[in-house]
Amino acid sequence: MTSPHPLSPGAAQALDAFQQAGSWEQRARLLMQWGEKLEPLSDSQRVEENRVHGCESQVWLVAEQVDQQWQFRAAGEARLIRGLLALLLVRVNGLDSQALAQLDLNDWFNQLGLARQLSPSRSNGLNAVLKRMRELASAA
Amino acid sequence: MSLLSPWRADFPGILALEAEGQTYLDSAATAQKPQAMLDALLAYYSSGSANVHRAQHLPGERATRAFEACREQLGKWLNAQSSAHVIFTQGATSAFNLLAYGLEHLFQPGDELVISALEHHANLLPWQQLALRQNLKLVVLPLDTARRIDLEAASKLVGPRTRLLAVSQLSNVIGCWQPVAQLLALARAHDALTVVDGAQGAVHGRHDMQQLDCDFYVFSSHKIYGPDGVGVLYGKPEALAQLRHWQFGGEMVRDADYLDAAFNPAPLGFEAGTPPISSVIALGATLDYLNQLDHQAVTAFEQALHQQLMAGLAARDGITLLGQPNIALASFVVDGVHNADLAQLLTEQGIAVRAGQHCAMPLMKQLGLGGAIRVSLGLYNNGSDLERFFGALDNALDILR
Repeated sequence: MTSPHPLSPGAAQALDAFQQAGSWEQRARLLMQWGEKLEPLSDSQRVEENRVHGCESQVWLVAEQVDQQWQFRAAGEARLIRGLLALLLVRVNGLDSQALAQLDLNDWFNQLGLARQLSPSRSNGLNAVLKRMRELASAA
Repeated sequence: MSLLSPWRADFPGILALEAEGQTYLDSAATAQKPQAMLDALLAYYSSGSANVHRAQHLPGERATRAFEACREQLGKWLNAQSSAHVIFTQGATSAFNLLAYGLEHLFQPGDELVISALEHHANLLPWQQLALRQNLKLVVLPLDTARRIDLEAASKLVGPRTRLLAVSQLSNVIGCWQPVAQLLALARAHDALTVVDGAQGAVHGRHDMQQLDCDFYVFSSHKIYGPDGVGVLYGKPEALAQLRHWQFGGEMVRDADYLDAAFNPAPLGFEAGTPPISSVIALGATLDYLNQLDHQAVTAFEQALHQQLMAGLAARDGITLLGQPNIALASFVVDGVHNADLAQLLTEQGIAVRAGQHCAMPLMKQLGLGGAIRVSLGLYNNGSDLERFFGALDNALDILR
């Protein structure tokens, strides 16, 4: 796919790893590994104000803009959602608002073989995280 | 020898899900339907639908007869004195709301409404909101160590200010029969109205309203293998007579003028608008189907399945049950494993169980849990469904631990 927003080296690495995963077990193990890479949030960031509602497990999302570029950070209680958060952040961090607005994140998770994690009945919260991320980005 | 349900083949939905690789263990959320129900639904629509209680024409008369036949069946099913004591609602939730609004006029500020700590949101929030509207006191009966409603505490908390007691017969989280008879006796001693939530209990065993002697009993069709969109509210005649009309519109009115109106008594006075005609007729077909089963065989089979579920959970390390389930379902958590992770990996393997808070957030908070996994059974489940569940559970825990 030709994209106006090329993959960061981290995102390219994720895509490569997940595209090689042939089974749900491999994808689950990879997700947990990626979840471990998530930089922890401080207690002052894991507060109600930063909580993403609509997730089965607790998830927090914070955003800042540095030189027009978005830097999101996130934490979650459950291991698999942490993996999904890591895969989200590796794709969106460093983008400017326009690029973020244009980015097709369904397509990103689809390429990773994780499209089902975004289905509307899933309560894992990835949809809620994406919605919150867009709200934070558009409010800036 | 693995348990084989003799009734499984009667439920096309469970067979279709199996063919799709899905193991359905979420019947406490909604149950699969027997072929007889699907046939009745199709037969009603394909032979010409009509509205009920209104028209003099033949299709209208036919629909009304079939619709009212289901009310008759329910009257017998519940051993009510008369089928006129059975009101159709849009679901169990709507029945509780009908009660909370219809009885509101009976309560004065400071009166007490009593529920228990394990109520589903449907039998909690209507009463909580009524208490807030009318400045009543909502009393919450605590649970004992087995997570049954604590009778000793209840005997102190149910008192002269108690005007209504509303409790679940069988918790959707704990999966054990609650001491409803004793609780009702406590409430009756203080002339309080009694409401029993039969949403989970109605499908497991037959419940005799004259024996239970509650003022109101509520359940939903879709959990007893009937269609969704229908709830059943049974009321004793003297209790029904105390209900104020709640929703207004077609067919519930006896005489209407521009500035005032007079309304029908129960049941029709509480069935405003066109009811879910096809669903009620199809519920009748489900009841016919259930009636011709050997009830002892069904109960024995469900018990055997439940024992297999309990034994499998007991055989695995680190599993903590919520309470002491003795029928229909079991909820559990695993030490060091988030229920959301476990739920996701069970889903990956085609296991359809429920995860989360089970519409009982206050109970989960009290248990100190963010969520739990619930496995629930229907009469169509085979022992092999549980074997697949346990295989998937072991795989998931291998990955997560």
